[in-house]
Amino acid sequence: MKNVDRRDFLRLSGVAGVTFTAGLFPGYKASAQAAGDFHFVQISDTHWGYKGPANPDAEHTLEKAIVTVNGLAQKPDFIVFTGDLTHTTEDGAERRARMKRFKEIASALNVKDVRFLAGEHDASLDKGAAFKEFFGALNYTFDHKGVHFIALDNVSDPGAKLGDEQLAWLAADLKQRKTDDRIVVLTHRPLFDLVPSWDWATADGAKAIDLLMPYTNVVVFYGHIHQENHHMTGHIAHHAAKSLIFPQAAPGNAPRRPPPPAFDASLAPLGTRDIVMGGKPPVITEIPVTKA
Amino acid sequence: MNRRHFIALLIVSSAAEGVVCLAKAAGPNEISIQASKFEFTPDTVKVKRGQPVTFVLTSIDRIHGFKMPDFGVRIDIVPDQETRVTITPEKAGTFAYFCDVFCGDGHEDMGGTLVVED
Repeated sequence: MKNVDRRDFLRLSGVAGVTFTAGLFPGYKASAQAAGDFHFVQISDTHWGYKGPANPDAEHTLEKAIVTVNGLAQKPDFIVFTGDLTHTTEDGAERRARMKRFKEIASALNVKDVRFLAGEHDASLDKGAAFKEFFGALNYTFDHKGVHFIALDNVSDPGAKLGDEQLAWLAADLKQRKTDDRIVVLTHRPLFDLVPSWDWATADGAKAIDLLMPYTNVVVFYGHIHQENHHMTGHIAHHAAKSLIFPQAAPGNAPRRPPPPAFDASLAPLGTRDIVMGGKPPVITEIPVTKA
Repeated sequence: MNRRHFIALLIVSSAAEGVVCLAKAAGPNEISIQASKFEFTPDTVKVKRGQPVTFVLTSIDRIHGFKMPDFGVRIDIVPDQETRVTITPEKAGTFAYFCDVFCGDGHEDMGGTLVVED
């Protein structure tokens, strides 16, 4: 199935599972999250250390977003960062300095259960060595209130592969699940071929999707493309998140990926998201960097 | 490629624009592409539809990747080695090639354009 826009996605998934900012702050109308089992926040592509015209406020965007997330009316059960925590540098000492500073800033979150995934900017030049020093394993699982979360690493191999070893690990983990278990996959790059000519894909992502396909309650949350995107591979929904650094061009709008578009704050190109794991599918609410 | 084909090969190169064009060749033509952080030289290549073309790939600094998803091409370019890959473009149009081995700050801009002309 090709990319679908928001309206098509909602029609195909049969449920109004994706919403814009609404009801997350005190005084707003009640939101869908009130009906959910639990909710968590996804933050992606913070690129700490980036300096450039694509985000004139790069030094403060992450801190502002943290203030906003801390102000949510209902505190999330946990927060997950889906990669590219730092902007790449070939200097290993500088990479570690950026990770150290990023971790200090993230420690201001008032939710202490925070999970981290790597992006290629964090991990592709040293196969994840620095990331592991600061944030732990590159791939892992955890369970929360009946939902099985699987964090996949498709970045520490500079060729954007999961690799046979990790695929075997995934297969072994899935064997322990019932086919109707609720499973959330977290990853940085899209597992499917979103735009291969822009390198918006995982070289062997189709193998992971094949392993997941027998399971009926699977949803994937990822980053990398710096914008909302919703896509179905069979019954599996894949949701890309906005970034906290700069937007990217719409998928596939040119043969080669163009540079980031000029920053326009009025378009609210950056943000985080709240995800309610209640019914099926999850309810996603986009959160702007700063509370309106 | 034999000598006659090689002589028949007309290569028009514009160094200033980084464009290489091929025309009027009977056998597989060859186009050399050099990879370095963070560019391919040339970054625009023009070929004729239906005419086989061999890319001769080299790297002057580190391992890069060469990927052309529209043609199912994906190969590493290793320094001090010549890597050859041949395609026969059957459709006119503009297609991307890019480095798919993350190579540093600037990796994401490391790409080129293949123009297939009728």
